[in-house]
Amino acid sequence: MSNLLFERSDTLLSFDDYQQADGFKVLQCVLKKPPLEIIDEIKASNLVGRGGAGFPVGIKMSSVQRMESDIKYLVCNADEGEPGTFKDRELLSRNPLKVIESMIISAYAIGASKGYLYVRGEYAYLKAPILEALEVLRGEGYLGKNICDSGFDFDIEYRSGIGAYICGEETALIESIEGRSGDPRNKPPYTAEVGLWGKPTLVNNVETLANILPIMDLGAEVYKTYGTEKSAGTKLFSVSGSVINKGVYEVPFGTTLRQLIDEECGGAEHIKFIQVGGSSGIILPESMIDIELSYEAFSELDAGLGSGAIYVADESVCVLDYLKVTAAFFKHESCGKCTPCREGNRHIERILRNLSQGIGSKEDIDTLQRTSLVMKEASFCGLGQTATSGLVSALKYFEDEILLHLEEKCHTGVCSFPKGGDQ
Amino acid sequence: MFSKGGDIMVGKVLEIVDKLGRKEDKLIEILIELQNQSVYNYLSKDVIKEVANLLDISETKVYGIANFYSMLSTQKRGRHVIQICNSAPCYIKEGQHLVTIFEDILGINIGEVTEDKMFSLEYTSCIGACDQAPAARIDEMIYGELDRAKVFNILASLRREETDE
Amino acid sequence: MKITMNNTEVVVTENMTILDAAKLAKVKIPTLCYHPDLEVKANCRVCVVEVEGMRNLQAACLTKVSEGMVIYTNNKRVRESRRIIVELILANHDQTCTTCHSNGVCELQQLTEDLNIKENRYDHVLEQEEIMMGNPSVVRDMSKCIKCGRCVQVCNDVQKVGAIYNIGRSTEMRMGPAYDYDLTKVSCTYCGQCINVCPVGAIYEKSDVVSVLNAIEDPTKHVVAQIAPSIRVSVGEMFGLEPGTAVTYKLPSALRKIGFDRVFDTDFTADLTILEEGTELLGRLENNGVLPMLTSCSPGWINYIEQFYPELIPHLSSCKSPQQMFGTLAKTYYAEKIGVEPKDMVVVSFMPCTAKKFEAKREEMYREGVADVDFALTTRELGEMIKMQGYNLVDLEEEPFDEPFGITTGAGLIFGASGGVMEAALRTVYEVVTGEELENINLTAVRGLEGVKEAAVMVGDLEVKVAVTNSLKNAKMVLEKIKNGEADYHFIEIMCCPGGCIGGGGQPRPTTNEIRIKRIEGIYTADQKMTLRKSHKNPAVLKLYEDFLEKPNSHKAHELLHTKYFDRKN
Repeated sequence: MSNLLFERSDTLLSFDDYQQADGFKVLQCVLKKPPLEIIDEIKASNLVGRGGAGFPVGIKMSSVQRMESDIKYLVCNADEGEPGTFKDRELLSRNPLKVIESMIISAYAIGASKGYLYVRGEYAYLKAPILEALEVLRGEGYLGKNICDSGFDFDIEYRSGIGAYICGEETALIESIEGRSGDPRNKPPYTAEVGLWGKPTLVNNVETLANILPIMDLGAEVYKTYGTEKSAGTKLFSVSGSVINKGVYEVPFGTTLRQLIDEECGGAEHIKFIQVGGSSGIILPESMIDIELSYEAFSELDAGLGSGAIYVADESVCVLDYLKVTAAFFKHESCGKCTPCREGNRHIERILRNLSQGIGSKEDIDTLQRTSLVMKEASFCGLGQTATSGLVSALKYFEDEILLHLEEKCHTGVCSFPKGGDQ
Repeated sequence: MFSKGGDIMVGKVLEIVDKLGRKEDKLIEILIELQNQSVYNYLSKDVIKEVANLLDISETKVYGIANFYSMLSTQKRGRHVIQICNSAPCYIKEGQHLVTIFEDILGINIGEVTEDKMFSLEYTSCIGACDQAPAARIDEMIYGELDRAKVFNILASLRREETDE
Repeated sequence: MKITMNNTEVVVTENMTILDAAKLAKVKIPTLCYHPDLEVKANCRVCVVEVEGMRNLQAACLTKVSEGMVIYTNNKRVRESRRIIVELILANHDQTCTTCHSNGVCELQQLTEDLNIKENRYDHVLEQEEIMMGNPSVVRDMSKCIKCGRCVQVCNDVQKVGAIYNIGRSTEMRMGPAYDYDLTKVSCTYCGQCINVCPVGAIYEKSDVVSVLNAIEDPTKHVVAQIAPSIRVSVGEMFGLEPGTAVTYKLPSALRKIGFDRVFDTDFTADLTILEEGTELLGRLENNGVLPMLTSCSPGWINYIEQFYPELIPHLSSCKSPQQMFGTLAKTYYAEKIGVEPKDMVVVSFMPCTAKKFEAKREEMYREGVADVDFALTTRELGEMIKMQGYNLVDLEEEPFDEPFGITTGAGLIFGASGGVMEAALRTVYEVVTGEELENINLTAVRGLEGVKEAAVMVGDLEVKVAVTNSLKNAKMVLEKIKNGEADYHFIEIMCCPGGCIGGGGQPRPTTNEIRIKRIEGIYTADQKMTLRKSHKNPAVLKLYEDFLEKPNSHKAHELLHTKYFDRKN
């Protein structure tokens, strides 16, 4: 099966090359159809968001399309901040023209006249080629007024992220475009109704939008032949850690974790655990490596695939050390607004840090569980709600290894135990 | 263009604000541009005050928003800012050693600036280079699969560039 | 619409939140960051409830009801989550309640009591912070801050000043001035609205209670009190009375028991202000002076215009505030009369205001090194002082104020409410200009809580156009209009605080809009009951001119009762 999203070529395609490779043919075709037809096709494809939330894209687009407004916006979320994730980097660096074509198609479908490509600040090295691409497209009539003589106006502005994981959350992203701190907004109202500057806005991840091209090109039915019954299409998995070949791999849903690691990544030795979905994802022991990479398989574990980041940890990784570093990440990235996330992350990071130095007691496990639960149930937004997914799953399988630290023992030798440690 | 403190002149602020737009929602783009053009990669008190004046936002609000984002700094940093990734995929195995390598070579700890004000060292969350762990970001470039030799060469090359200027 | 709450059916209307519905159902859902006058934030998460069909708990203050919604506000899941949330807040809070300024009025204390929380399973992780008290008015103790965000809302959205804001992220996040300065170094107007909304004891006024009691016990000092209009309908709240209950004549009795040598009424100098300011306005109208003229008795407002719009200072009336006029007269006219040296007289004012503490210390308010007003205390401090000395206001007998500053009119009294200064001024200006009696002296068009009010009054041949604003957000709007040449008014009353002085930063806690309305009613009711209701009919004021000041805006009046302002924009 050929890939839907990635050409095997690694080179950055110029505009001419892209056009020669049938670039913009899909756009031209789409512009001749009524917008509702496009949305119907996307609904039929069962496409869900690829950024982490997994919401049905067709429904989201439909909500925006239905709104009556003098202006609507499309935002492409390339704030890729989930640790272990670098797929959007690849999409934007290999072929930004494809991403832009997808944006134009989506904008047409929902009736948006202005788009924002919000790229995380750490990818600033991608800015120049993207700006150049936008300029070329304006010159060629693919952006701006009356695109391809269709009467459709749309242009895209590049916006830089500024170092805040929380801005991957769509309402925080919108706050940041509006010139404020990235504090998530109250939902409802949802961005489809009240988004950027109060107008109907569609916010979607880069990979999500990139899927719209193959759907409109091949049709929903062909698209659905990739993947499983409930998870259609392919997913870009960013694999890092102890695999031989780290990188981004496109595989159809339904591929097992073992297949991905062995067949695509050259395998890995002495696997201890795998975290799926980035730092906010579930931690699976090696024994579960045959799990299918699909939404339904993970939903049975009350988990999701998140951004599709896969971190493979071998026996040399100390689970407690790993959890400690992860907790420090969430503590640093919390916006600080709501009690469960701000205070919860504070306590969790502190307890894990102390435990890794042999300080604490068995009761700390109860505290970790209790705090994780309240964060999941009562946090204002997804950051707090998923920050402890890894911790809770790790406690299921690795509680003994963690508790061993109280006897000042660390299997892997990673943790050291200073006398009278620092609290 | 630069005042004695080696930083951005207040007049430059007006230029940038006029170029990007004198509206409240342009605040962050303006701050990014101002920081990029400053020598020590930060937003000084004068700059923040001037931006606040021009955009009719309170000084505290501009300061507050600048401090929300990890990529903006209201503290003076080095002419080159070195950010070492401390998220799990980088930090777990080699990342911690990377910190020691930089600290060794530069003679400063994380959070500090070298005496000649050339380099400052800080942590950063995941920069999306996990397939090339351990990685660091220096100015706008990301460097992966770093070891002592590579770090040494990169820093030396930056030093050479500066002396050439 | 029907919903089910705790297994009981409740009839609700569309657009209600779960919190509203709970009130209808007489179920108390605890809240902390919620404030009826501010936009819903849903930060604290204390009000979370379980809604059937939704995976996570939902904030009651935010979530709207829908047909058939099933809600649990107090089942095990909700109880335990809520308890953990409050424990987390407490774990990062300075819990020295016994010596806290909000002891007894703290919303967090009430919350832990309501929720029956007797133990905290979390380690105390608070990092103690320095108390910031570098300015005369507002003290900030951030170790008590629970990050509810109300102060930032009131400063940025209601007052549009922005002296404080959220700074930083996560556990570093704090609400305060830039660079963690004291408020002196940012554009704070000391309005104290942040104090009114703070649920705990993180922000409070600098206290002068002990200094005043010490001065009273100093046999060499003659200590006099002046009481602002707003106090009389508010301080009773600290003794269990309804907001708006007038306790006017119990106050002289209370203060005499505490040991004040004389108790005077600021309403007197409010009347005086009307004569000075009214004359000034007529002068500008006749001689093409700078118009519109802006009132100048609100020190928070003066701080605002000096720091944000100094170029519009010529519009300000040059009159001092009633507090300051009183201080000057006390240390000149009155001191002479009773043969006391100004330096041996201590003038204590009781004001609904925190900015008055700053005003009293302004350089121009000193004469030969002696302050006109030595201490400006808030309504809260008055209540505290009475209680501290062992008295219950409710039990005290009524007594009159002292002469010569005890005769007052309703016009002076209504200064306490937004629109009061304007109405008082018009009552006098009308009669002075036309020589006719004003038939309907109740100018209701300028009364009430609304942020901006306009009116036009025929004074002889001239249609005098006036505007009245409260809250600095509306002051800003009017100032922008003046800058753009769009302000078609002759005279504008500008009050810093929402609702006017009765909503001031020094008023009893809580001070919500609902309570402001009751206090306003109290003011106009009291005005209605007074025999004299026009400033120019106040015999004591007229005598003052006869004996001492000659006439309004005379050279002497200018020297003593008028002031100047400064460009403080930096």
